[in-house]
Amino acid sequence: MRGNAFDNNGERSPAPRRESGVWVWLNHRTGLDDLLRTALDEPIPGGARFAYIFGSGLLFIFISQVITGIFLALYYVPSADHAHTTVAYITKAVTAGSFLRSLHAYGASAMVVVLFLHLSQTYIYGSYKGRRELLWLSGCVLFGLILAMAFTGYLLPWDQRAYFATAVGTNAISEVPGIGEYTKRLIRGGTEMGTLTISRFFVAHVFLIPAFIFALVASHILLFRKAGAAGPVNEHPYHPKQEAELFYPRQVLMDLSLTALLIAGLGLLCFLVPMPLGPPANPADAQYVPRPEWYYLPIFQWLKYWHGSVAIVGVLVIPTLLVLAILALPFLDRNVERRPWKRPVAMGAYAIVVFSLVNLGLRSEYLDRQDPGVARQLAKQKAEEDDYARKPFEPELSSVSLAAANVTLADPLAAKGKTIFEGHSCNACHGDGGVGTAAAPALVGIKAKFSPDQLAELFKHPTAKMNAGGMPPIDLPPDDLKALISYVESLK
Amino acid sequence: MSKGRFRTHDAQASPSGPPLESRRSFLGVLLGLGSFFVGALLSVPLIRFALFPLIRRTTELKSSSVGELSEFWSLTEPVMRTIQIEQVDGWRKAISEKAIYVTKNSQGQLRVLTSICPHLGCTVPWSKERNQFVCPCHGATYAADGTRVSGPSLRGMDALETSVQDGQLLVRFQYFRQLVPDKEVIG
Repeated sequence: MRGNAFDNNGERSPAPRRESGVWVWLNHRTGLDDLLRTALDEPIPGGARFAYIFGSGLLFIFISQVITGIFLALYYVPSADHAHTTVAYITKAVTAGSFLRSLHAYGASAMVVVLFLHLSQTYIYGSYKGRRELLWLSGCVLFGLILAMAFTGYLLPWDQRAYFATAVGTNAISEVPGIGEYTKRLIRGGTEMGTLTISRFFVAHVFLIPAFIFALVASHILLFRKAGAAGPVNEHPYHPKQEAELFYPRQVLMDLSLTALLIAGLGLLCFLVPMPLGPPANPADAQYVPRPEWYYLPIFQWLKYWHGSVAIVGVLVIPTLLVLAILALPFLDRNVERRPWKRPVAMGAYAIVVFSLVNLGLRSEYLDRQDPGVARQLAKQKAEEDDYARKPFEPELSSVSLAAANVTLADPLAAKGKTIFEGHSCNACHGDGGVGTAAAPALVGIKAKFSPDQLAELFKHPTAKMNAGGMPPIDLPPDDLKALISYVESLK
Repeated sequence: MSKGRFRTHDAQASPSGPPLESRRSFLGVLLGLGSFFVGALLSVPLIRFALFPLIRRTTELKSSSVGELSEFWSLTEPVMRTIQIEQVDGWRKAISEKAIYVTKNSQGQLRVLTSICPHLGCTVPWSKERNQFVCPCHGATYAADGTRVSGPSLRGMDALETSVQDGQLLVRFQYFRQLVPDKEVIG
């Protein structure tokens, strides 16, 4: 056995085995062997089962999300001006960009699905029983954090769908009496959705929530190993008696089969049906019918039923009670019975909650199809998305060219001056729009330093310092000089 | 967690040890190799994504259209044109305007000159009366095809790279270093 090749002092045991030199060298310094044994030789009472595969499936998707997320950040810019352009660049221009973005976006959905299966398995198997309260609590917090990741990530592409879904989502928060309005403003970074909202969501999505997730995943695994695998439903939660099988190899293989399924499924989906990117967010679009991602549809539908004076019941009281009940579950349910058929109350509650969620989600879909106006608008939005997807990538016009172009529209005299400025290649040294280059200083904001008369004098008779820098005297007819000065003074 | 509590399948199924142990390590190698290949496969899109700047151009100075080629066949003297220059930088682009001259060389072939004087960068106007380019700043003069005639400049006016596409005369605008005898691109 590998682990037995050395005793605790790192000395060679009497029965030497075949070990590669590199492995021995590495193991002496890292204790990798012990670590691997601890990870793989976890005993599972009752033996390996397919029911236990969801936890490691979640870990796999989370790692995939981290990696794809880091890569997406190579091109993404979190600002209202550039977010959509950069995501369009990723989707339409960058090699494998559409695939990676799809993997990240669909990965979020896969995460929610596997999370639901993991939670259901834990609940139905009664695996939260037997000194597993903290394990359950850390799992609940992770559930919330994953949903927060999905919510914050959804806004970042800043397309129509993202903008309006988040506008509705953050509006729902303001329904909470008292602190609701302030919370909404805090989350949005203002009363309206804007570039500060993107910054806040980006920081939450990329720095804040992942940090908590890393910490909680570590504690979740640690608490799990401390409590031990719960085993099948007829196993005692405190004192497992059934014959145990080690995690490696059979449970590892079963876990890997889910991983393989996820890789194949997500890969195929991303390849065949890439995640759509709609046209850029247009806050002025009053027609747009916002719809959240599928896993938020039940909450979306639920909130429709609560308005006016009873809103507080639906928006705050019931959800809070539900969350508290879920959190307190291992404290309330002290019965050691784990077999589902002997736990009618727990199973009944589970059935009611799942049925309600599914029903609410389906109801939202059904209502959208029933209402011809909504159905038409949703179809139109889908068509606009497809239309946008077909267009080639169009780079964003930089603000320098925009400022220069705007002058043309604003003032005819300055516009003439711009032609002279460029015609005489002033921009060769002073830069387009007078932004300055290595060869000559910027001219923007020069109005504050010199009056038009002073400028005219400087143009006709440059100072010795200007001459030395290569600035020639400008000999222009008075009208042209006036136009040039008007343009230079307009530079901001 | 005390492991002693559990009787493992391992301990029971293989009292002799080695056969199961070697089966397990064979599986371990198989799994290691499998994971390695799947990992390698999965990293292909990541690598392609990160190496995009090596696969395609991410910054580019686009060729600008000067006009229909046929417009310039009957040219008798240099004409000034304003071209729009599009500079692509990743996901953004900048558009600016520049003045250039379309002229002919001694063999009658079209030549496109930048209007920037290679001496100190002033814009050089065409003087009809003198049949020469005359720089207003320091008096450098150039012939109709851009070759240097007199004055402080160390070289003739700079010709730009041209191409023809669908009957359009295209030009690639560039800046050149001033005050040196040989044409040298600076961006």
